[in-house]
Amino acid sequence: MKYAINEYPGTKSITLLCMFILYTPLLVISLYSFNSLRSITTWGEFTFDWYIKAFNNPAIQDATMNSLLIAVLASSIATIIALAAAMGLLRGAPLKRQKLVVGMINLPLLLPEIVVAVATLIFFIAIDMTLGLGTVLIAHIVFCIPFAYLPISTRLKDIKQGFDEAAYDLYASRWQSFIHVTLPMAMPGIMSGLMLAFVVSLDDFIIANMVAGPGSSTLPMTIYSMLRIGLTPEINAISTLLLLISIMFVTASWWVNRSPKSAS
Amino acid sequence: MLNKLKQLQDQHIRGGLISPSMFMIGFFLVIPILIVLVYSFLESGTYGGVEWTFSLDAYKQFFFEEDFLTEELVFNSAYIEIFSRSFLQACTATFLCLLIGFPTAYFIATRPLKTQSLWLFAITIPYWVNLLVRTIAMLFIIRDQGPINEFLMYLNWIDTPFKLAYTPFAVSLGLFYSFLPFMVLPLYAALSRFDMSMLTAAHDLYASRWAALRYVLIPSVSHGIAAGCLLVFIPSLGAFIAPDILGGGKQLMIGNLIALQFQGSRNWPFGSATAIILLSIILITLYIFSLRKKGEQK
Repeated sequence: MKYAINEYPGTKSITLLCMFILYTPLLVISLYSFNSLRSITTWGEFTFDWYIKAFNNPAIQDATMNSLLIAVLASSIATIIALAAAMGLLRGAPLKRQKLVVGMINLPLLLPEIVVAVATLIFFIAIDMTLGLGTVLIAHIVFCIPFAYLPISTRLKDIKQGFDEAAYDLYASRWQSFIHVTLPMAMPGIMSGLMLAFVVSLDDFIIANMVAGPGSSTLPMTIYSMLRIGLTPEINAISTLLLLISIMFVTASWWVNRSPKSAS
Repeated sequence: MLNKLKQLQDQHIRGGLISPSMFMIGFFLVIPILIVLVYSFLESGTYGGVEWTFSLDAYKQFFFEEDFLTEELVFNSAYIEIFSRSFLQACTATFLCLLIGFPTAYFIATRPLKTQSLWLFAITIPYWVNLLVRTIAMLFIIRDQGPINEFLMYLNWIDTPFKLAYTPFAVSLGLFYSFLPFMVLPLYAALSRFDMSMLTAAHDLYASRWAALRYVLIPSVSHGIAAGCLLVFIPSLGAFIAPDILGGGKQLMIGNLIALQFQGSRNWPFGSATAIILLSIILITLYIFSLRKKGEQK
């Protein structure tokens, strides 16, 4: 063969361009969060001042606490619900309504966020529920379920049911078999799902913006309202922190779940 | 008998395990969507909320507005413009994603197996970063005083800042940037299943590279292309953040129109009707694609 026919010229440079497009804005905004001057053109000196300033802002402090509280609670509850659903769906023969149930679990992914946001808002108002952290939590649990379900179900599908049957043969109860056999093997998938759900909850702006009452702003909501005044270095600093947290959690999630074959 | 009892118990346990998820999604998502559907057929209350009388006003408002003096309905194109703008923006974003995403997915799919997952991981990371933060980062670099403009002026290529932020193109760029990973992933999935020796076969039959691409590769991975386009088009159509921040409130899209009805103008039936129309467009798009898929299988 004179040349590899499946090498198309330019694919490498377009891939690099793709990476450049994806990462440059994130790198630039992170870089400028350390610039002591507000200017783009001149670099003053390396500083943490904007971070300190942001940390001392009481609105940001409150919003950070709210965001963390909701992300921890919503991701844990959603992971437990998703784990239960995955156990119910994937242990044993497919159920009669298997497809419908899986479709329901994935429904939050299919609907545009803005539609979910306004629907949830009018529902809470219709049932006379006070808008606040509680309503944000409920809405977050709902859309975290499919994100937690995905890695958990992938993992469970890889664990052969023979393990359960072996445990039953050794007189383990259903619960014992779950705790001592299935759970440890599914753990990487569960951790991965938990971390993805955490990131997704922390990321949400559109839904929280609709269903959070006054005084229960989350971090993205606070960033959004700060943006009304203009793009300040403090916004860069908070954004950089948020993006680092997301990247850390997603990397960890990928890492724990990276080789499903080796554990089972 | 005992076996049957055990099976029945098994069914109950499995049903019990599934029910919390069905309750959460059914009660807090499906019912709310149904309420939106009902509200879209009601009249708007004077101080927000709804009046419980059946009316098609919310849907009529799309095309007509009442003339103040004559009380006649006159054609109003404002909302149709918002819809066509959204459609155009979503199409542009999908096209840009395909243009960059296809070669990227191809490049990744032809790497050694070991490095493929690393490349894919690098593509997915930005997706998990807060969409608001990513959009702000985009605004930061394209605005008038941003690095791009400062750099071009430093090179003396331009004297005044190149107006990019708050233009329709900025919104397309933002949507493209938001959903690019969605294009690459399904394309990669399709390309990695494609047998590359087919290209060699085409070459042996005197096909040029481009003929092989046009007549062998693209038709074989068309389902991946369709999936990628859907995954970019659908969220772009209902986008809220990119038009809001990069369009500077001047480039309203469907998502912003819906949000406005619940925050600013307080016309719930109209907002609900807009949401229902958006959902219908999405369902119709999905339906057309599923028909196409069925046709292909025959």
